[in-house]
Amino acid sequence: MSASQSEKPEVILETKDLNVFYGENQAIHSVNMQVKKGTVAALIGPSGCGKSTFLRSLNRMNDFVSTARVEGKVFYQGKNLYSKEVDPVELRSQIGMVFQKPNPFPKSIYKNIIWGPKINGFSGDMDLLVEKSLKRAALWGEVKDRLHDSAFDLSGGQQQRLCIARTIAMNPDVILMDEPCSALDPRSTQAIEDLITELKRRYTIIIVTHNMQQAGRISDETYFFHEGNLIESGDTKQIFTKPSVQMTEDYITGRFG
Amino acid sequence: MKKTDDSLTSIIELGTDDEHASVVNSKRMVKRKFYDKLFYRLCQSTIILALIILVVLIAHILISGLSWLSIDFFTNFTSRFAEQAGIKAAIAGSMWVLFLTASFAIPLGVSAAIFLEEYAPKSKWVEWVQINIGNLAGMPSIVYGLVGLTVFVRYLNFERSLLAGSLTLALLVLPIIIISSQEAIKAVPLSLREAAYALGARKWQVVFLQVLPAALPGILTGVILSVSRAIGETAPLIVIGALSFVAFTPGSIWDEFTVLPIQIYNWASKPQVEFHQLAAAAIIVLLVLLFAMNFLAIYLRQKYQRYKL
Repeated sequence: MSASQSEKPEVILETKDLNVFYGENQAIHSVNMQVKKGTVAALIGPSGCGKSTFLRSLNRMNDFVSTARVEGKVFYQGKNLYSKEVDPVELRSQIGMVFQKPNPFPKSIYKNIIWGPKINGFSGDMDLLVEKSLKRAALWGEVKDRLHDSAFDLSGGQQQRLCIARTIAMNPDVILMDEPCSALDPRSTQAIEDLITELKRRYTIIIVTHNMQQAGRISDETYFFHEGNLIESGDTKQIFTKPSVQMTEDYITGRFG
Repeated sequence: MKKTDDSLTSIIELGTDDEHASVVNSKRMVKRKFYDKLFYRLCQSTIILALIILVVLIAHILISGLSWLSIDFFTNFTSRFAEQAGIKAAIAGSMWVLFLTASFAIPLGVSAAIFLEEYAPKSKWVEWVQINIGNLAGMPSIVYGLVGLTVFVRYLNFERSLLAGSLTLALLVLPIIIISSQEAIKAVPLSLREAAYALGARKWQVVFLQVLPAALPGILTGVILSVSRAIGETAPLIVIGALSFVAFTPGSIWDEFTVLPIQIYNWASKPQVEFHQLAAAAIIVLLVLLFAMNFLAIYLRQKYQRYKL
């Protein structure tokens, strides 16, 4: 009993009765979830079900939406992210985010990587950091000879991997990904999926995806959202083979969404 | 169940293909083609008219002024004798005014724009300020002259100095700089800010290291265009008492001065034809200066848009 307890992976991020409102509209209804360290969690559900809103409340990116209001608790390293003593800026350097559309800075590839560490006071070997981050994002081979070219010269898929490399350079604990492949072609998507599987050895990844096959391929646990409610969650294999809620089954088999 | 109902009604409402064939009225086709052409010609003629007027104006000025352009014209002060008159004082005054106005108005205007866009809370009071900046941008320039006369010349006792003139013109262009800088800042995509915030950037780091550099081409364009408006202004400077007969170049911001447009105004209002031609020559100089500044604005915009967003 105690042996299995100690093997149980540690919970890195946990929400308790998380509610998110946009003005009067409630976008998220008391969601409870626990994400284990070193796993990939996929958030799935039809458009407008609140999965992106939910994701953004995990590193307080909703702070920038003036009408958004968050109730409930998000625990990370034993602290509630929404309590007063937590500095959201510091938090975001530990919980990184990759966005739906690749959004590199209008700078060179090299400068894109070092921007985050630099503004956070990193003074180590930048060249090494760039190389390491790009290698981990599986982009090094393609760009090592043109590190000082504009990031905009890269293809969409390469730009997205650059954005992942930029996030990795901060050495975060958790990486949040908001539909990172939705603007990419199948080959780039493949590259990013392989990358995610590789990355989870070091980082915990929470990914929002529209693509159910993708969720099935890359995630350990799946969370199904519908109209702001967490309908069902659990082991990905189980959700995809024998979901316990009818609605989940309908969505996964493509009957709606 | 409900789905089948919907699809049934939609077939009924959409009708069949046969009914749709008659929608295009072939008799009206000729008329529509004609209107299409007419509208095109109308638009074309307006631009041609505008260009003709411009060409006639420039040609007129070149014809009467070009022969008066010489080295002496630039190195001589103005004179009672047209043959000896030049724009040395006016050019020097314009350059001083350009430099001083820019150094007052640009830092103030850009900072105000940053505050309004990035930091100001959304309140009635900020909205009111915003509306009034818009109103100020549309105010006749003579009103600024009166403000300058009251505040800078009389109350602050700057007299008819370069300082008073430049501060007045700075007030004049300030609203334009604020608005154009705000537009440039607003145009920076949210995704860029989000990218910066997601890497643990503080707000000032996002504003100064990402938003401002991205907005720079737009800000520069607005700044240069508004400063070039300032060096073309006459009315407010006449109101605050800039001189029209100056036989020295200003040595400090406390000196009296004249500027090119005032020199032009002064020559153009003399009865002798020679002075009208001198005015035309000075206009050529002013135009070249303005064109140069506009090209600089375009060049800078192109250059910094290398990394387009």
